[in-house]
Amino acid sequence: MSKLTISPSPHVHSSDSVKRNMYGVLLALLPALGFSLWVFGLDSLRVVLISIVSCVLIEFLVQKFIMKVKTTICDGSAAVTGLILAFNLPSNLDWWIIVVGALFAIGVCKMTFGGLGQNIVNPAIAGRVFLLVSFPAQMTTWPMPHAVDGTTGATPLAMMKEGLKSGQSVSEIMAANGMPSYSDMLLGNMGGSLGEMAAIALIVGLVILLCAKIITWHIPVSILATVFVFAGILNLCDPESYASPVFHLLTGGVLFGAIFMATDYVTSPMAPSGMIIYGVGIGILTVLIRTFGAYPEGVSFAILIMNIVTPLINTYCKPKRFGEVVK
Amino acid sequence: MNKIKILLNGIIKENPTFVLLLGMCPTLGTTTSAINGMGMGLATLFVLICSNVVISALKKLIPDMVRIPSFIVIIATFVTVLQMIMQAYVPDLYASLGLFIPLIVVNCIVLGRAEAFATKNTPADSLFDGLGIGLGFTLALTLLGAVRELLGSGMIFGVRIWSETYGALAFVLAPGAFIVLGYLIAIMNKIIKKA
Amino acid sequence: MKKLESTLSNMVIVLSVVCLVSASLLGFMYGVTAEPIARIEKQTLDNGIKKVLLDEANQDAQINVEVREDGAFTFYEVTDAQGQKLGTAVKTAVQGFSPDLTVLVGFNTEGDIKGYEVLKHSETPGLGANCVNWFQKGGKGDIIGKNPGKNNLTVSKDGGEIDAITASTITSRAFLGAVNAEYKQLFGSNTNANTGATKRVEAAENDSIKTE
Repeated sequence: MSKLTISPSPHVHSSDSVKRNMYGVLLALLPALGFSLWVFGLDSLRVVLISIVSCVLIEFLVQKFIMKVKTTICDGSAAVTGLILAFNLPSNLDWWIIVVGALFAIGVCKMTFGGLGQNIVNPAIAGRVFLLVSFPAQMTTWPMPHAVDGTTGATPLAMMKEGLKSGQSVSEIMAANGMPSYSDMLLGNMGGSLGEMAAIALIVGLVILLCAKIITWHIPVSILATVFVFAGILNLCDPESYASPVFHLLTGGVLFGAIFMATDYVTSPMAPSGMIIYGVGIGILTVLIRTFGAYPEGVSFAILIMNIVTPLINTYCKPKRFGEVVK
Repeated sequence: MNKIKILLNGIIKENPTFVLLLGMCPTLGTTTSAINGMGMGLATLFVLICSNVVISALKKLIPDMVRIPSFIVIIATFVTVLQMIMQAYVPDLYASLGLFIPLIVVNCIVLGRAEAFATKNTPADSLFDGLGIGLGFTLALTLLGAVRELLGSGMIFGVRIWSETYGALAFVLAPGAFIVLGYLIAIMNKIIKKA
Repeated sequence: MKKLESTLSNMVIVLSVVCLVSASLLGFMYGVTAEPIARIEKQTLDNGIKKVLLDEANQDAQINVEVREDGAFTFYEVTDAQGQKLGTAVKTAVQGFSPDLTVLVGFNTEGDIKGYEVLKHSETPGLGANCVNWFQKGGKGDIIGKNPGKNNLTVSKDGGEIDAITASTITSRAFLGAVNAEYKQLFGSNTNANTGATKRVEAAENDSIKTE
C-alpha cells in the first residue's frame, strides 16, 4: 500500500504559475506574429483570430457542458494552443478547416484526456497533423509572401522533395527559379505557414523564453544541433542527393517546432538528460522523414512521436528532487 | 439456456467489438465505409454460425489434444468456401474485402467462440450464439463504417449527406479507425453504465 | 457418448478425417465456382477495356480482344464483332510518388485518347490519389480526346497543356509520362519496317524519360 508523502517545511514559493508561463509564451510569439502580419497582411490576423477564438470557445464549452467543471480558459493555455496551431497553417485556409483543427486539438487531444496536464501529445501539433492528413491539398498550398494577387507556391522543402523525386540534383534545385536564397529564408521571404517564415523573429522569441526562464536551453539546442549534424553527415556523404544542413535548419518548421512546440511542459521530459534524449530523437526523426519519407516536412510528426515516448524517457531520467543529495 | 438471451448476449453484453475488443484487425482495416463494414460483418457471421454448429456437433468426436488444429481446419474450410462464393457471385464486394477475407480464419472471435461456447453447448445453442455474436460484430462494424464514411467523405452507404469537400480524409485512413472506435467504445460504456 | 480419448491413433484418425472432409468440400466448391470466377475475371477485364475505349452508349457492344506483351507494356488490341479495328488499350506501370502506378489507356486507331483507368496505385490519399478522376472527361486536367502525337501532354509547369493535380506535380508528371510512353510504344512499334524511324522513336523516348 502506498503511503501519503508529506514534505516537511520550508516550502519554496515562487511566482511561477501556469498563467505566467502561458502569457510569457504568448509574448515570445509576438515577434513572429508581427512578422507574419507584415508578410501576409490581414489574412494572417484572420487565421490567428479564428484559431484562438475557436480553441478557447471549445475548451469553455467542453468544460461547461460535458465535463461540468470550473472553466480554466483564463490560464491562457487554450489561447497558446490556438496561436501555435494558427502558426502552423497557411494564411489562406478556409475558416471551417481552422475550426475543425481547433476542435481536434482541444476537443480530442486535450479535453478527452482530461484537460491541461493530462494530454499525452501536444494539442496544437496533433491538430495540425490531423488537418494535414485530412485536407492535404488545402494544407500544402502556400500563399507566397507579399502576394497581392493570391499566388500560391510550394515551400522550399516541397520544391526540394519534388526535385529530388524527379531526378534533379540538389545544386540544380537550389539554382531553380523560385527557390529562395539563404538570406531570403532567414528573413522569411519564402512560401510557408505563418510561423515558419522568419528565422530571426523566431530566434528573438527563443531569447525571450530563455530570459524569462520559461524554458531551458536543452530541448531547442539539442533538436537544432541534431538536425544540423545529421543533415550535415548526409550532405557530406552525397551533396547532390541530400540538401545542406543550413537549408534544413532555415526551412520548414524546425526552428518554430524546436522553440515553441517541442518545449510544451506537459508533453516533454522533465529532467535535463531526458530533454536531450527527446531533442536528439526529434532531430533525427525530422531529418529521416524529410529525406526518406513521403511528406516533405517532418517536424510535427517527429515531435508527436517523441511526445508519445516521453513517459518512457521520464521513467529512466528522473529529475533531481529539490534538496536531494547526489550520491 | 434461453435462446433469446444467448442472442442478445452476443449483440450487447458481450459485443465482440465494443466490449470484448476481439477481432480488431478486420474491424480497423475494413470499416472505411458502411457497406464494407457490413460486408465484413456478414462474412464473419456466416463463418461463425457454420463453424459454431459444426464444432459443437463434433465436440465429442475430437480428442482434446488435437482440438485447436481441427477447429482451425474447419474454420479455414468455411472461410475458403466463402471466399470462392464471394469471388464468383459478389465480385464487387470481394474486390474491396478480398484482402481481409482469409484473415477471418485467424479472427479471435471465431476461434474464441468455438473454444468458449461451442465446445460446451448444444449445436442449437451454438447456432444462436454464432448468430448473436455475428450480428453484434456486423452492427458494430456497420456503425463504425458509417461514422467513418460520413466524417471522411460525407456519405453513408454511398448516399451523399454533405459535400465531399468537407470530408476529413483522416477518418477514411487508419488513424480515423482508432479515433472513431475509441469514441464509440466510450459512448457505449456511458450508455451501458446508465442502463 | 463419451468424449474420445487423446490417444495417438484417435488423434491421427480424427485429424485425417477432418482434413479429408474439408478437402473434398473445397474441391467440390472449387468445381462449382471455377467457371463463374473465370467468367467474372474476363468480364472485369473486358469491361475495363470497354470503359477506356468505347463511347458510353456502346458499352454493351461485343468486342474481341487480342493480348500482346512487350516489356513493361501490355497491349489489348480490340476489334468489334465485324472484325473492324477499334483501337488499342495499353497497360503499363510507372513510378509515381510511390511505386506501381498502373494505368490502362485506350487509344483509337488515330491515337486519340478515348479514356483511361488507374488500375492500381498507392499514391497519397487526397493528393496523388486524385489521379483516378483528375484527368477524366470534365476533370480539371481532362486528357480525353487529346492525342499525345499532336497535343503536348505534360503539366503546365513544364510547358504542357495539362493542369497538374493540386500539390501533386510528381504524380501528374508520372501519369502523363506513362500515357506518352504508351503512345510512343504503340505507334512507334508500327514503324518496325523502317529501322531508322524506330531508332528515332527510341531516342525520343529516352529523352522524355530523362526530363520526366
